[in-house]
Amino acid sequence: MKFTRKSLGIPYAVYLVLFVVLPLVVLFYYAFTDGTGRLTAAHFIGFFTDPNALGTLFYSFAVAMVTTAVCLLLAYPVAYILAMSPLKYKSSVVMVFVMPMWINFSLRITALKEVLTLLEGNLARFPFLNAVVGMTYDFLPFMILPIFTTISKLDGALREAAMDLGADEKQTFFRVTLPLSMPGIMSGVSMVFLPAMTNYVVLDMLYNSTYIMGSLIGSYFAAYDWHSGSMIALILLGIICVFTLLTDDEEAGAQRGGALL
Amino acid sequence: MNNNIIELKHVTKQFQDNGFMAVQDFNLEVRRGEFVTFLGPSGCGKTTTLRMIAGFDIPTAGEILLNGKDITKLPPYERPINTVFQRYALFPHMNIEENIAFGLKLKKTPKEEIARRVKKVLSLVDLEGFEGRSVQTLSGGQQQRIAIARALVNEPEILLLDEPLGALDLKMRQEMQLELKEMHDRLGITFIYVTHDQEEALTMSDKIVVMSEGHIQQIGTPEDIYNEPKNAFVADFIGESNIFSGIMTGKRRARFCGGEFECVDDVPEGTHITAVVRPEDVQITRPEDGMIQGTVISVIFKGIHYEITVQSGKNEMVIQSVKAAKVGDRVGMAIEPDGIHIMIAEDHTNTFLVDINRDYRLEYNGHLLDASLTKLIRGSRRLGDGQVVDAAGEVIDIGRTKVQASIGPEDIRMTDNEEEGLIQGNISNLIYQGSHYLYVIHTDLEQDFAVYDEYLWNMGDRVGLIMPVDKMTFSLKNRH
Repeated sequence: MKFTRKSLGIPYAVYLVLFVVLPLVVLFYYAFTDGTGRLTAAHFIGFFTDPNALGTLFYSFAVAMVTTAVCLLLAYPVAYILAMSPLKYKSSVVMVFVMPMWINFSLRITALKEVLTLLEGNLARFPFLNAVVGMTYDFLPFMILPIFTTISKLDGALREAAMDLGADEKQTFFRVTLPLSMPGIMSGVSMVFLPAMTNYVVLDMLYNSTYIMGSLIGSYFAAYDWHSGSMIALILLGIICVFTLLTDDEEAGAQRGGALL
Repeated sequence: MNNNIIELKHVTKQFQDNGFMAVQDFNLEVRRGEFVTFLGPSGCGKTTTLRMIAGFDIPTAGEILLNGKDITKLPPYERPINTVFQRYALFPHMNIEENIAFGLKLKKTPKEEIARRVKKVLSLVDLEGFEGRSVQTLSGGQQQRIAIARALVNEPEILLLDEPLGALDLKMRQEMQLELKEMHDRLGITFIYVTHDQEEALTMSDKIVVMSEGHIQQIGTPEDIYNEPKNAFVADFIGESNIFSGIMTGKRRARFCGGEFECVDDVPEGTHITAVVRPEDVQITRPEDGMIQGTVISVIFKGIHYEITVQSGKNEMVIQSVKAAKVGDRVGMAIEPDGIHIMIAEDHTNTFLVDINRDYRLEYNGHLLDASLTKLIRGSRRLGDGQVVDAAGEVIDIGRTKVQASIGPEDIRMTDNEEEGLIQGNISNLIYQGSHYLYVIHTDLEQDFAVYDEYLWNMGDRVGLIMPVDKMTFSLKNRH
């Protein structure tokens, strides 16, 4: 057989089929069949008629939204101040924020649990708050990094140009710096929002009773109802797809602008 | 009524983080409607000065007056001054119209008026109908025009331009030079322009401010700057020049480049001078008719003229001539008195080049000088085999590294015993200066040394010059 450049793609194609296409096919199969192998939309209808499932979806949404918002509110000022500061070892300071990621995840969350227990007495009293705190703690670096990178790369002359044209510090920020840091914000949001909808391990480890989408899937599979579990996973996949397409669109637009800098 | 739109008084800028003195004691008055250019090599402080006028940098000392009012500490957005940035700095998230309207919107200008003024300014820069285009679709030249339009639409009192043509190709640059000049004449706005390109400065400006190392070297019209450079830096930076160090040998007589010339500048006899001769002011003659003679070492055809380099003794003279010459020809050179510009050297200190020999030791007139080369070149060290390497570990190029020595006239002693001196020569001038005589000794290496001595020597005496090495100061001169 002749060795062509295409042959180099074979390992990747095999990987793709084994770990992406096949699982998806299996997921679709389970989602749209019943126990006897017959095609059915019952699980799909079941999800959207089950008030519990819908409630969990909206609740997860709320947790993810609030987590993302809190992350953004904390991360933007930090990233902005760091990027704008005349500090010599900026990246070292950024490392301080990123370093917790190097510590084992379960250790970090366990520590957080102890701190929260100390503060609140009983973790069951503020399940929503604890969910948001836990996730924010876990995901904050993913928000800081892209925003910091974007702001650092902004051409300082653009801010000077705005001031030169009559914009004071506030106007310069809202009309130039903030719009131009959108690509960083968008990638930060997508890196926090999606995991925040599904990452129930954080909640489990915080002994949190809050039920999010991830927990729901987990419980169905634990009860051997693979069909309903698959359907929920599929629905989540759809939501994530739509969300990614939306943000990608904006990001691409902003990046076209960013490329000029 | 004061006609100066902007005045800079003793403006000084020292950067806090590294203590670098970017601008020192900068004094300038700009009249309304003038086209002023700050000209100088990179790092001379021209951009920093512009940034202080714009308000991006605050001077450490001194004041800036706009129409007589102190604006030294006013933020940029409160100054009626707009800037065209070096890399344009157009907002990538806005289209052309939004970019240009940025300043007007902030001033809450009515919508119809914004549209009208954007249209007008776009036609001024020849880009009608570009309102809806995005920044990324424009060429460098078009972005440049938009940047100018964005500044001009605010009707500033002063337009600052920071090397605006630096990123354009030659043809585009020349076109834009003329267009900018025309725009300036038409609008009557004061332009302050920063460039390192002397041709650009000479073409466009009413007034040029030549800067070097944070200091103003000369302020004047392009003609002044070109024809009457104030010092060697200006002469060297503006146009091509032959620069010689020499000495005054009489009333309106100077000796340099191995000859004696009449000149128009009246400088006291015995003064160390720098003589500047423009290449176009030297005539090539027959050897016997020239004031000095030399051998042609290179001829380059430059289109409208030939650039001929003639070696005369230890000096080289660059000449522009419409007539060609042949390499190796023996020629004479003549210079009219008004073609020679005499500048007084700072003091009587004698400066001369010393050689680096094959062993990387300093040498002058065949005598070893007991001075350390490694101390002179920062971070250099001597290897086991005697070679000297610089901080980067590269061997010093003897051909390109020149060391200049200087010694005061009071530190040189004359001696009858010629061999005792570092160099020998004849006394060519003697001037009584009250407490001592000032002698000019013309050496065998065609250099002139000034020497103070209490005793009377005779004109023409042959003497040796004793110059103690510990009285010399050395500095490095890299030839380019």
